[in-house]
Amino acid sequence: MSNQAPVRVVVVGNGMVGYKFCEKLVAKSKGDNRFHITVFGEEPRPAYDRVHLSAYFSGASVEDLTLAPAAWYSDNNIKLLTGECVVKIDRAAQTIATHSGLVVPYDTLVMATGSAAFVPPVPGVEKDGVFVYRTIEDLDAMMSYAKTATKAVVIGGGLLGLEAAKATLDLGLETHVVEFASRLMPRQLDAAGAAMLKRKIENLGISIHLNKNTTHFTGNDAVTGLHFADESLLPTDMVVISAGIKPRDELAKEAGLATGPRGGIVVNDSLQTSDARIFAIGECALHNGMIYGLVAPGYDMADVVATNLVTANAPPFFRGFDMSTKLKLIGVDVASFGDPFCEKTEHDTILVEDKLKGVYKRLNVSPDGKHLLGGVLVGEAEGYNMLLQTVKNKIVLPPNPEDLILPARTGESAGSGMVLPDEACICSCENISKGDICAAIETQNLTDVAGVKRCTKAGTGCGGCVPMLNDLLTETFKKQGKVVRKVLCEHFNYTRQELFHLVKLAGHTTYNEVLKANGTGCGCEVCKPVVASILASIHNEIIAKQPVIQDTNDRFLANIQRGGTYSVVPRVPGGEITPDQLIRLGEVAKQYGLYCKITGGQRVDLFGAQVHQLPPIWEALLEVGFESGHAYGKALRTVKSCVGNTWCRFGVQDSVTFAVEIENRYKGFRAPHKLKGGVSGCTRECAEAQSKDFGIIATDKGWNLYVCGNGGTKPKHAVLLAADLDKETCVKYIDRFLMFYTRTAEPLQRTAPWFEKLEGGIHYLREVIIDDSLGICADLERDMQHIVHTYQDEWRTVVENPELRAQFRHFVNAEASDPSLEFVEMRGQKRPADW
Amino acid sequence: MNIHSLNWLKAAPVSAFPENGGACVMLNGQQIAIFNFALTNKWYATDNECPHKHEMALARGMIGDTAGEPKVACPFHKKTFSLETGLNLQGESYCIRTYPVKVEDGVVYVAV
Ligand code: SRM
Ligand SMILES: Cc1cc2nc3c(=O)[nH]c(=O)nc-3n(C[C@H](O)[C@H](O)[C@H](O)COP(=O)(O)OP(=O)(O)OC[C@H]3O[C@@H](n4cnc5c(N)ncnc54)[C@H](O)[C@@H]3O)c2cc1C
Ligand code: SF4
Ligand code: FES
Repeated sequence: MSNQAPVRVVVVGNGMVGYKFCEKLVAKSKGDNRFHITVFGEEPRPAYDRVHLSAYFSGASVEDLTLAPAAWYSDNNIKLLTGECVVKIDRAAQTIATHSGLVVPYDTLVMATGSAAFVPPVPGVEKDGVFVYRTIEDLDAMMSYAKTATKAVVIGGGLLGLEAAKATLDLGLETHVVEFASRLMPRQLDAAGAAMLKRKIENLGISIHLNKNTTHFTGNDAVTGLHFADESLLPTDMVVISAGIKPRDELAKEAGLATGPRGGIVVNDSLQTSDARIFAIGECALHNGMIYGLVAPGYDMADVVATNLVTANAPPFFRGFDMSTKLKLIGVDVASFGDPFCEKTEHDTILVEDKLKGVYKRLNVSPDGKHLLGGVLVGEAEGYNMLLQTVKNKIVLPPNPEDLILPARTGESAGSGMVLPDEACICSCENISKGDICAAIETQNLTDVAGVKRCTKAGTGCGGCVPMLNDLLTETFKKQGKVVRKVLCEHFNYTRQELFHLVKLAGHTTYNEVLKANGTGCGCEVCKPVVASILASIHNEIIAKQPVIQDTNDRFLANIQRGGTYSVVPRVPGGEITPDQLIRLGEVAKQYGLYCKITGGQRVDLFGAQVHQLPPIWEALLEVGFESGHAYGKALRTVKSCVGNTWCRFGVQDSVTFAVEIENRYKGFRAPHKLKGGVSGCTRECAEAQSKDFGIIATDKGWNLYVCGNGGTKPKHAVLLAADLDKETCVKYIDRFLMFYTRTAEPLQRTAPWFEKLEGGIHYLREVIIDDSLGICADLERDMQHIVHTYQDEWRTVVENPELRAQFRHFVNAEASDPSLEFVEMRGQKRPADW
Repeated sequence: MNIHSLNWLKAAPVSAFPENGGACVMLNGQQIAIFNFALTNKWYATDNECPHKHEMALARGMIGDTAGEPKVACPFHKKTFSLETGLNLQGESYCIRTYPVKVEDGVVYVAV
């Protein structure tokens, strides 16, 4: 191999496809030093993930998006020149020239110049405040301009336009979308589907204007509005143009390569341009009259060219690509696959429309009912992967194909990956088949999606196939007769529930004992806090005695913040607080310069304490009767209370007293996740008890007990467990419920998701908790009684114990505090300087 | 490099470092995280600064191993780094510096 003549490969463009080409060529030519690769990228940094560009707005860093760091290129002997624009191709001399004057010879030239946003020639586009949405620089510019804007208009109601609209909405701007056609996503959706999508997007707070033809932008230097052909006007502070793409073929055209009438470098099935030494791949290539504005076909092209360069015999061809897509727009599920319209194909249509829920689904089926041709999903796109595979692999449909899009009947999903043939392509970005994935799972004993991604690269592109990978894992395990268990991590081959019982039976009290008896290796940041939590739930010993296995917040008994300072949240049971306590909070905050905020949990949070200040701050708070609020722990937080019948004219019971009693009973109790409670004095529910892990609502006969609700990421209303209880019974049921949950939940699983997975639902829970069907209630109550009896305020213990107290310092060899801390002022208080 | 010619700086007594955990020292104006990996009877030293969001926090992270490779997890976003090589174990581009450590007469020394 190595005695073959060297080949100088020059790649113009270091975007997603240009990078993928390098990756493929390196992988395919391993051990063969023939290829000398030079890559030119006009952008200032190595290729990054454009598909997930919008994540940059929600905090992803440039590094997070980078496909491979500069070191990867040099490690693989690739010369990467970023910030270097190729301006000329001399085909006769076989050289390229860059804007800075470099001239580089090639044997093979690969054009991966991608595309630019198509900017319609509307008068006024050059004004300040008009943006396109394509590069990191575009996003930086938008973000800084948005600071002074309140309103944004996105031109284009296609896939990208809607994504840009969500981005400007998330930047806090009033957002409008202007579309020339009579519906949104005209290339992917039919009229009914687009109408449903429009309604959903309007619900997000985005205004949609259809049939609008922009004639010019108004404003002097900066844009102030759009003027339309129908003489209407839409005022705005900024505009994002997302009206399509324009292949970057200017360089190729100038070099005399064949290009299409509407742009794009003409290529054959080998991706060769009209010059056999020059290839074009990605969004700049025009294949069979088609520009592919998606990453997966580009990756396929990269693979074809790389393979062709390495192997002389049986070269693969690019055969076109399916344009199925799924919108990533958070909050609205939209997908279209196969042929969504079937305008020219004979077909029957199956429609499901639920205007109430905002769901529209359409399947186009062959007239004999055997095959799926394509379709549209709006409002619910869970079946997308499976439906797409059904089209692609020409799988014969079941007798009632409508089942594929009807709401899933109990527990059944819309088919599983196993009915697919082994050749079925699961990851179209990386072109990996079901057979490859299942073989990797079996032969390399993979146990999770991360492993599958690592070993096969499936799921590392757009991520769309990840749910399918999960299915394939589960199915393969089942086939092998393996029971699927959620084990903790590589160090413990047990589920949390199993480990809980093992620890309880053996009476282990330290992490090292548990690891020695039940695990392997040295542990990690996943299993340590889980074991810490199990130990705390069983023994209720002071957690500060095993600081190194606690999550950060538990380690320092305070929540860590940006910059590395901590917050202090004393317990205020039921929200009841004395004037002296309020005064002390103010004094402490002043003395240590802390930012003060009333929390959503009826108490006060003091932010910005340095680690060595925590003990003296708590010392001062303990003096007036405050205790730890466990705001940092997976533990009981607050029991929120309304004012109840002692003051309120509608109240039927004393909710504050009950809330104080309950909060004091469970304070310090550690569970798989945090716990919150609420007590309302009447059915008006001012304490929002039904949004808590356990909630109590007064009735004129006693108390109703609700369980397994929460707010947060996925709000869930609590479910009624029992009605009209006396206080004593109510407490007994909560004891049992909390302990049962604590024994059986997965790590970091709150009561609501735990309940969702509980087979038999509320009926089963009632049987266990009320009828004692498992015969464990006495045990559960005893365990809870132990917790209640062994409670100690952990902050008091730390403050009074010099050895524990000594852990609270930044440097162990100097008294200094962390010199890197920085604060800025805001509304008369401080906050950490920006990241 | 010859390890005997290193410039060893005194960090702190062994007792200042929790078993199977870390603590931070200031050496020549630089923040260094030192880890007492008692389970394998080894010591490691790295930058205290996490390269992800530049938080001075690694000494407060949990340590452990993955496939036998000793590592520390930053307390902020749980990015993990090899204690041997400093490489980011999630495969991201940023990494940390590691430094030689030794223990003599109950005192920990680092070569910075
Ligand atoms: C301070 C506070 C916001 C405020 O100023 O009001 C707050 C602040 C934090 N919340 Fe919260 N939450 C606060 C009330 C809430 C509420 C409202 C409530 O409790 O009534 C909710 C929704 C209700 C719920 O929990 O069901 C809430 C839902 C969350 C969640 C999402 C939980 C979920 O199941 O989806 C997290 C993330 C988590 O716990 O994993 C979270 C996590 C956090 C953390 C601890 C994030 C962290 O790890 O740094 C925040 C830091 C607190 C700090 O530094 O002191 N916070 N958080 C509130 C403290 C209440 C208290 O007195 O203890
Ligand atoms: C916001 C957004 C969201 C998207 N979402 C999706 C999605 O969900 N699914 C999907 O499949 N696709 C999506 N895409 C499209 C996807 O990003 C593109 O298909 C893909 O990036 C094409 O790769 P490429 O390498 O051909 O072009 P590019 O990634 O554009 O790379 C071309 C590179 O070449 C450089 N270049 C051009 N000319 C020269 C020159 N003369 N000299 C040097 N360098 C040059 C350019 O600066 C650029 O860096 C999205 C795109 C955007 C902008
Ligand atoms: S729930 Fe509302 S109305 Fe009822 S007692 Fe409480 S505050 Fe009064
Ligand atoms: S700052 Fe360390 S992981 Fe983010």
